[in-house]
Amino acid sequence: MSTSMKPEHQTIISVKNLEHSYGDFKAVDGISFTVKKGEIFSFLGPNGAGKSTAINVLITLLSLQKGEVSIAGYDVTRDPQNVRESIGIVFQEITLDRDMTVWEILEFHGKLYSMPRADRRARIEELLVLVELESKRNTRTKQLSGGMKRRLEIARGLMTRPKVLFLDEPTIGLDPQTRMRMWEYIKGVNKEGTTIFLTTHYMDEADLLSDRISIIDHGKIIISGTSWELKNTLGRDSIYLETSDNAAATILLNELPVVKTISQKLKGIVVLITEDGTKTLPFIMDTLRNAGITIGTVNLKKPSMDDVFVHYTGKEIRDEAAGKSRNISRTARRR
Amino acid sequence: MMNYGFLNIYWRDMIRFFRFRTMLLSSLLQPALWLAFFGIAMASSFDKLMSGVPVPAGMHAVGYLTFMAAGIIAMTSLFTSLFGGMIILFDKNWGLMREIMASPMPRDHVIIGIGLSGMTKAFIQAIIIMVFGIVIGAEFFVGYTPVQIILAVLGILAFVGVFSLGFLFLSAGIAVTMETPEGMQGIMTLLTMPIFFASNALYPVDAFPEVLKIFSLYNPMTLLIDGIRYFAIGPDFLALGKHYVSTGSDILLAFSGLLVFTAIMYVFARWRFMKAVVT
Repeated sequence: MSTSMKPEHQTIISVKNLEHSYGDFKAVDGISFTVKKGEIFSFLGPNGAGKSTAINVLITLLSLQKGEVSIAGYDVTRDPQNVRESIGIVFQEITLDRDMTVWEILEFHGKLYSMPRADRRARIEELLVLVELESKRNTRTKQLSGGMKRRLEIARGLMTRPKVLFLDEPTIGLDPQTRMRMWEYIKGVNKEGTTIFLTTHYMDEADLLSDRISIIDHGKIIISGTSWELKNTLGRDSIYLETSDNAAATILLNELPVVKTISQKLKGIVVLITEDGTKTLPFIMDTLRNAGITIGTVNLKKPSMDDVFVHYTGKEIRDEAAGKSRNISRTARRR
Repeated sequence: MMNYGFLNIYWRDMIRFFRFRTMLLSSLLQPALWLAFFGIAMASSFDKLMSGVPVPAGMHAVGYLTFMAAGIIAMTSLFTSLFGGMIILFDKNWGLMREIMASPMPRDHVIIGIGLSGMTKAFIQAIIIMVFGIVIGAEFFVGYTPVQIILAVLGILAFVGVFSLGFLFLSAGIAVTMETPEGMQGIMTLLTMPIFFASNALYPVDAFPEVLKIFSLYNPMTLLIDGIRYFAIGPDFLALGKHYVSTGSDILLAFSGLLVFTAIMYVFARWRFMKAVVT
């Protein structure tokens, strides 16, 4: 489902050698990337990796110290006004005035961007429908649920029909169901043609939503690619087999160059391979069948985004990845 | 295209003012309470002290309540305006300022918008004090025709407006680079003491030591109070045994002084806002 088969391949965000320091501390340490028009691009990284600093430079809240950043064709240093008019932002924390109503929040935002009155009013109606808040138009934001607040913020981010929508940790602190609905909204917005730049520390979010992901840690981009590409770079697909003769199968498969290691389990064997398992599996099965070994059970496991993240950020030992990376996101959510 | 962003900031701040009931009520009650308690208590003792002093013939003598009611209008404007910038600090700490700072609206519109809404609040309070003061016995606008009363009120509001804008700019300029409300509170308290007490709000400044006297003469607070008394009481009156005389040009000079002060504060606030990094 993550593909780069979008029709447009025009670059909409271009970042070259971006650096940003707070005193002696280099929060962003020379990152370069491009985002294509119409795609969903994610920065995936642990808290403190430099994601928010980078996004703050891109949205012109922090001034550019070193490097080059252009958004929708405008340079952030030379032409910040045009950059601002081209983007929408959903900040990490809720930034809604508690005493203003849903309608007023959108009206205020439209005025901030000097939208003409008729256009502003029409756009508010459109967006209230989109984020399903029509019945809440006169409700003060303090009375909205967490998910409604987020939806309102997304509507606000879309008010000015931005070319790029920045979402900084959009589902932080939301329950699983609400998160899934948020993802639907985000995908819907993207389908309408808005390019989305997302930062997240949730692997599932990056995995499910993004066309392309950059894993960022200690201010550097460690690797970029589609979620599928990233998983494949690990070369750690594992195949579980139960055969009529596990011992013979082990000896036979050990001969194959694509096989990395084989470990014995109670009833079967786990074969770790260095190449894409979807292509290697038929070959392995043929090899076994040709040797007269029958296969009872087979299971192919691709690495998860958790595995990729843990591998590249080195946060956990590989063997404990599955269990512990869940802990990472749990502690992170608590902050 | 002309940008009316400041009206948007003004609109939002007024919404908050009227919806935040406790803030609204306390800001309206506070000046009335000052007048009712401090004013009446002080007026009864001062007026008793002064009762033995004969009033020279032809002099317009006013009681202490009348004298200090003008001071209370000024004091309320000072407090409201100095704390008016606090909203910017809260906006910053709650993340609300980021929406504004990341928008194409020029930053000085925030300063102007907050200034105008603070000024509106100061107007509302000044009018409340005038009405309440007159109700409890302040001799404002005595012998004025209705037209004169309207002109006098407009004169007072002009003084209050420029004065409160100046302190709102100062307050906003400090708030935008402050981290905590406690720190802000500290600075505001430090500022209010000398500005309020080294002025002619509650007593004449003639008996002050020389240095304090010079400071008080240039104190925007004194300039404001001169203006208010000129319009509310008259150009020539006697209070606390002192003869106050001011001509039209004195008042124009005081007003110009306030304009200069406010202009400087605007430049200060603008400089702070341009420097401020809000993330």
